[in-house]
Amino acid sequence: MISLVDAFTLLAIGAGAILFLAGTLGLIRFPDTLSRLHALSKADNLGLGLIVLGLLPQATSTAGALKLVCVWLLAQLSAATASQLIAGAVHRRKSGS
Amino acid sequence: MTLLLDLALVAGLLALALHIACVRDDRNAIVSFIAFGLLLGLGWTRLASIDVALTEAAIGGGVTGVLLLRAEAHLRTGKTSDTSKNRGTSKSRGASTSRGATALAAIACTGVAAGLALVVLTFPAPAPTLAPAAAAALPGTGLGNPVTAVLLAYRALDTLLEKVVLILALIGIWSLAPDMLWGGAPSLRPAVVPEPLAYLAQMLPPFGVLIAVYMFWVGADAPGGTFQAGTVLAAMWLLVMLAGLRPAPETRRLALRLVLVGGPALFLAIGFLGFAIADGFLSYPESIAKPLIVGIEAALTLSIGATLGLLVAGPAQTAPGR
Amino acid sequence: MSAQSLDPATLFGLCGAALVGIGLFVVITHPGLLRRIVGFNILGSGIFLVFGAVARRGAGAGFDGDPVPQAMVITGIVVAFSATALAVALLQRLFDLTGRETLETEQEPLPRSGP
Repeated sequence: MISLVDAFTLLAIGAGAILFLAGTLGLIRFPDTLSRLHALSKADNLGLGLIVLGLLPQATSTAGALKLVCVWLLAQLSAATASQLIAGAVHRRKSGS
Repeated sequence: MTLLLDLALVAGLLALALHIACVRDDRNAIVSFIAFGLLLGLGWTRLASIDVALTEAAIGGGVTGVLLLRAEAHLRTGKTSDTSKNRGTSKSRGASTSRGATALAAIACTGVAAGLALVVLTFPAPAPTLAPAAAAALPGTGLGNPVTAVLLAYRALDTLLEKVVLILALIGIWSLAPDMLWGGAPSLRPAVVPEPLAYLAQMLPPFGVLIAVYMFWVGADAPGGTFQAGTVLAAMWLLVMLAGLRPAPETRRLALRLVLVGGPALFLAIGFLGFAIADGFLSYPESIAKPLIVGIEAALTLSIGATLGLLVAGPAQTAPGR
Repeated sequence: MSAQSLDPATLFGLCGAALVGIGLFVVITHPGLLRRIVGFNILGSGIFLVFGAVARRGAGAGFDGDPVPQAMVITGIVVAFSATALAVALLQRLFDLTGRETLETEQEPLPRSGP
């Protein structure tokens, strides 16, 4: 019988994986760039957050757990910036040319 | 169960490589290559080579991607802005090698791949390894990470020559600028700096520098080291220059050139010092081995950061000032 | 090939061999020079993976892998990047001077058109 901690990890990572799958489906199926960015940012923020949450009980030390949270925050920062830049480029292309 | 993960990674790598070989659009190929680099980084963790995984993700996936994307943008804007110039063989016509030559090349490449696969499958059964020798000599260096020990103690000459190769590549790139621009500054700032980019360039570099220092420091005993840390430093510097927060430095500036050669110069000096205080070139006396190695690493990290950043920045594009 | 022979080392080694083939093909046949540079990088990654397979198989003395091939791969990645940077700079200069981004493969009757 797997322990409670392991079960929580499995559930959280499973949920995060499903969110990533949903984001990828959105990337493939949505018609235009802005809606695809919307789908990807959901996956990046919440999906990665759930995965990190699931891995936190497995961390061997507080420093390790803090590093995991740092990874999530850095990924959010860079993903948010990238989405804004891509959306801005799309907007400029539509309004400029 | 992990076989499934390995198979998925390999399938992804091969699919991306085939996609890069077949797709028409260059930008598509480069973005696929960035994804390829990141998957490859994951693959390296499956091979229990964490230092290599860090290096691949940073250099293979990150910095090479920036380099290629900037080049592609340069080529694309050059093409659309000047249609009157006589262009050579254009991509759309696909005037490439003939069908027969392509088939012959495919057969030859399949042969090379098959030969390598045969070699991989017939590796000697008790695998020859230098791990015991590396482990035995590790206490003499004071380090805990064997890869760092190989890079900076056992095969330090290789690392020194690699640093020199980096500088030679940089000199090669600088010499591609027109004569009147020699010593000038490369230009990295785009015409329009989007505000999120400027925000990121203000928020991220302090953390980036902290992470780089941490990776350099912890590389003595755990995965990490100079190249990974230097790449993160270069990335932060590039981010600052790309967002226009700081101009790219003029390549003739003495301070810049001192930072570039400082690392290998210190390395070389300590190498020659080995004649006096230890057994020979690049050998360290056991009592101060670790401080020497960490000192070399610190100087090397700064040099590598500057060199990698300038490799991406490219040749000078504005004339040097008064 | 039974399941136990498909350990990560063999699997990634075979993947490396395939990547060498694909990268070599791109370098030889693709007309665009930028794609050839990407192909050169794929070729290099394949070779490094074969080294990685050797390193993984050389586990021993408490390490999960032989550190010497790993250090060689790290050196190789950095050197490959510097070669890529130089190649890209050369390509950009070629493009600025002549407007071409391929190497001419056909014979032209009047070759000199001036820079």
